[in-house]
Amino acid sequence: MRQFASLLDCLVYTQSRNRKVALLGHYFRTAPDPDRGWALAALTDGVPIRLPLRRMLSDLVTRFIDPTLYRLSRDYVGDTAETVALLWPEGGIPFQSKDASAASSSAADKKPDDKENKKPKQLVFEFTPTPNPSPQGGGDSPSNAAAPHPNPLPVKNGERESPFPSEGTGGGCGDIGHNSGEAPGLSLGAVIEAMATGSTHQRTERLGHLLNQLDASGRWALLKLLGGAPRVGVSARLARTALAESYGRDVSEIEEIWHALEPPYLELFQWLDGKAERPDPGAKPVFRPVMLAHPIEEEDWPRLSPEDFAAEWKWDGIRVQVAARGGDVRMFSRQGDDISGAFPEIRSAFQGHDCVVDGELLIMRDGVIAPFNDLQQRLNRKSVTAKMMSSYPPHVRLYDLLFDGAEDLRALSFGERRERLEAWHAKHHPRLTDVSPLVAFKSFEELGELWSSARAEGIEGLMLKRRASVYQPGRVKGEWFKWKRAALTLDCVLMYAQRGSGKRSSYYSDYTFGVWRTDENGERQLVPVGKAYSGFTDEELLLIDKWIRGHTTETFGPVRAVEPELVFEVAFDAVQESTRHKSGVAMRFPRIHRIRWDKPAAEADTLESVLKLMSGGATAVTAAAPSDLV
Amino acid sequence: MISAAPPVDTWLYPVGTGIYCEPGDFYIDPGRMVDRAVITHGHGDHARAGHGAVLATAETIEIMKVRYGEDCAGAFQPLALGEAININGVSVRLVPAGHILGSAQVVIEWAGRRAVISGDYKRARDPTCQPFELVTCDVFVTEATFALPVFRHEKAEHEAAKLLSSLRAEPDRTHLIGAYNLGKCQRMIRVVRDAGYDNPIYMHGAVIALSELYQKLGVDLGELLPVAGTDPKTMRGGIVMCPPSALGDRWSRRFGDPVNAFASGWMRVRGRARQMGVELPLVVSDHVDWPELIQTVLETEAEEIWVTHGREDALVHYLGSLGRKARALALVGYGEEAE
Repeated sequence: MRQFASLLDCLVYTQSRNRKVALLGHYFRTAPDPDRGWALAALTDGVPIRLPLRRMLSDLVTRFIDPTLYRLSRDYVGDTAETVALLWPEGGIPFQSKDASAASSSAADKKPDDKENKKPKQLVFEFTPTPNPSPQGGGDSPSNAAAPHPNPLPVKNGERESPFPSEGTGGGCGDIGHNSGEAPGLSLGAVIEAMATGSTHQRTERLGHLLNQLDASGRWALLKLLGGAPRVGVSARLARTALAESYGRDVSEIEEIWHALEPPYLELFQWLDGKAERPDPGAKPVFRPVMLAHPIEEEDWPRLSPEDFAAEWKWDGIRVQVAARGGDVRMFSRQGDDISGAFPEIRSAFQGHDCVVDGELLIMRDGVIAPFNDLQQRLNRKSVTAKMMSSYPPHVRLYDLLFDGAEDLRALSFGERRERLEAWHAKHHPRLTDVSPLVAFKSFEELGELWSSARAEGIEGLMLKRRASVYQPGRVKGEWFKWKRAALTLDCVLMYAQRGSGKRSSYYSDYTFGVWRTDENGERQLVPVGKAYSGFTDEELLLIDKWIRGHTTETFGPVRAVEPELVFEVAFDAVQESTRHKSGVAMRFPRIHRIRWDKPAAEADTLESVLKLMSGGATAVTAAAPSDLV
Repeated sequence: MISAAPPVDTWLYPVGTGIYCEPGDFYIDPGRMVDRAVITHGHGDHARAGHGAVLATAETIEIMKVRYGEDCAGAFQPLALGEAININGVSVRLVPAGHILGSAQVVIEWAGRRAVISGDYKRARDPTCQPFELVTCDVFVTEATFALPVFRHEKAEHEAAKLLSSLRAEPDRTHLIGAYNLGKCQRMIRVVRDAGYDNPIYMHGAVIALSELYQKLGVDLGELLPVAGTDPKTMRGGIVMCPPSALGDRWSRRFGDPVNAFASGWMRVRGRARQMGVELPLVVSDHVDWPELIQTVLETEAEEIWVTHGREDALVHYLGSLGRKARALALVGYGEEAE
């Protein structure tokens, strides 16, 4: 547990991606099996045990702290796991129950001849450790000895000894620690085993025993391990990427088999260590890393011939892959996250098929694509209600066929795959799907006209795919291009600026801007419509930062309110209804297109011009020239 | 003590911005200008400029002069730790509080009753000041800065070792240590020296004057150099002391990709460190943590505990549950500044 705790502690404070990758890589290469696999599970899909953790913890904390103190502490800390970890008495809490000790001695403590374990454990917990009265300070109290006092009482002179040198909030992150000397029952594997079975009561007692044996950092890590989503600033994909990089592998090699594997991923590590073949996903539906497009640049056009390319609409949903095999169906996001749980309709539509398809997930009612906002209602959920299913019906618009049965089509050209897709769909026609139509064109000029007039709901632009392209993971140069429709732009006034994070933490780099609204008294005031933190150069950032410091009217923590004087020409993809902003609208993908140092703030746009864009009335504003923004 | 004596709160009581002793006609740590003030220590929320006369330890007086100027009070009267004086029949004695250099508890006795106004204090070892001395009393006036049971501070020596291990692990990155410019900064330097770090330590402009004063008053801090005028390359991989506010400020850009460290009791809580973009939290405080606070309050055997500032709700509630009489004074203007 100590090494895992140290890893989490370092990750939580590290902002640099490269340093996070290095920390993770070091851990995966040095931690033992199955601990590293459980750690990988905790950082990706979660450890597969279901615990009523919140209830168990509230049961445990009432044994040593009064509810008011707990509530005040929880309110201050803001995180239950951390609150409990910090509050837990250093000497441990007493237990009366025999179940827990029996369970923990069988599952956790594997020392064969540990006579202590044969005795009822409560004996250990019934003595009060006496502080060492010597002026040198407290003695080394055994880490599993408990003070039966209901509140932690201190040892004289502030010389309390912690049982582990790494006590507290982690050390310098150059060395992420090791587990030497730690009880075997505290390994991740033993902990998971101890918590996997038993009644809630038994598991609560075992959890208490584990917490008794750990320091504050270890307690926090244990609760993060068991609680799902540890929120230490590492996405599932970053964890897999770090794993791949530390073994000199491409992340797609792991992603392709990921969903056929189960924690603690022993076969995966065996393969990475060079001790076994790569695990075979067999008859399970797995994710195949997706092929991505480059945005088309002005200088690309002269090198491309229209006859080499097929065009199709770029739909405004999310890119998904549906894999159906052996009676199971999974839908994955572009990053390889399994999002099937939130879309049972799609799973049932592909039930009985055997294929891997690539497409766009949309919300569609009577053949009409709903705004992206509707799709968002169904994303980032583990499950879904019947009401959501009927209000936001999903649909997959197919782009590509990667597997037809067991046959891997990825080495075929796009042209061939497209024919196979159409034939396959005509034959099987899974419900809630259609095939994204190709857009016919003779010349790029003709295509350009289609592109600039395309403002129908649900169309984000055009895709150009080389007819000869085979399906390869990642952004392969020169094969697929995305030609996003011209962004909309509006002149907005900077209202608030916030400090950035990481390298930008000393700069005001996140901007909230607004447009003018005339209220019932005829007064003009700014209402916020969006927030952007990109689109400017480093030099421009310096200038804006300086301007903000010189024009601040109020400061709220990391946020400054500024005089309403600086105009940003903001580019964005669409305008949506929003309850977050006072204006009732929000921009989609806003970025700073130009800084209009020259423009008087009074001449910035109004809320009316924003509202016109909501109904798709693109004609009301100037679209930026394609060469500027693609 | 004589039971017929008037209760302490009839002659010693809070007056909005400080505590007033009526028979002695003086204030303790008043937040506004008064004729006569007894000052526990030099932090800004306790020591203010403009009083008619100030009674404090010699060190506190020196600190006030450095912070506010030689003429920041009409008159200064130093009182040595342990010595008592009589003010209008009230006995006033200063005893060490262990908080920062010169910090004192004010022991006031009148009509057979004794009150201790502890100012800010800690029980942990601190090589830059005299250790806290316990005085039993009828009324104990305490701070409650870290009065939540989640707060348990690390030993400063342990955190210094953590800092040095980070320096070894990241030899190309300058370590910026945000620390309150009076007390914490000098204590961190001293414990880092004790841990064997002999290189020059670089100083932000805001931490220089008081560190020089500490050295003048006999606290050896080793070689200190100003950041201003030093090539950032020279400081790479070294220690730079600065006020916490400088960590994310433009000033810090010169160091490229520094390790931001912050020495504070607040660093015990991860969210607090993350919020500030702190990469290396050092859980070092000049205040008592929860266990020390409870221990101290109980050891004073005080009948009544008055809580000046901080998380008084938790402390008053907990002492109440132990059967102690505790109340919050709700003084204005005391804050988190000193951490």
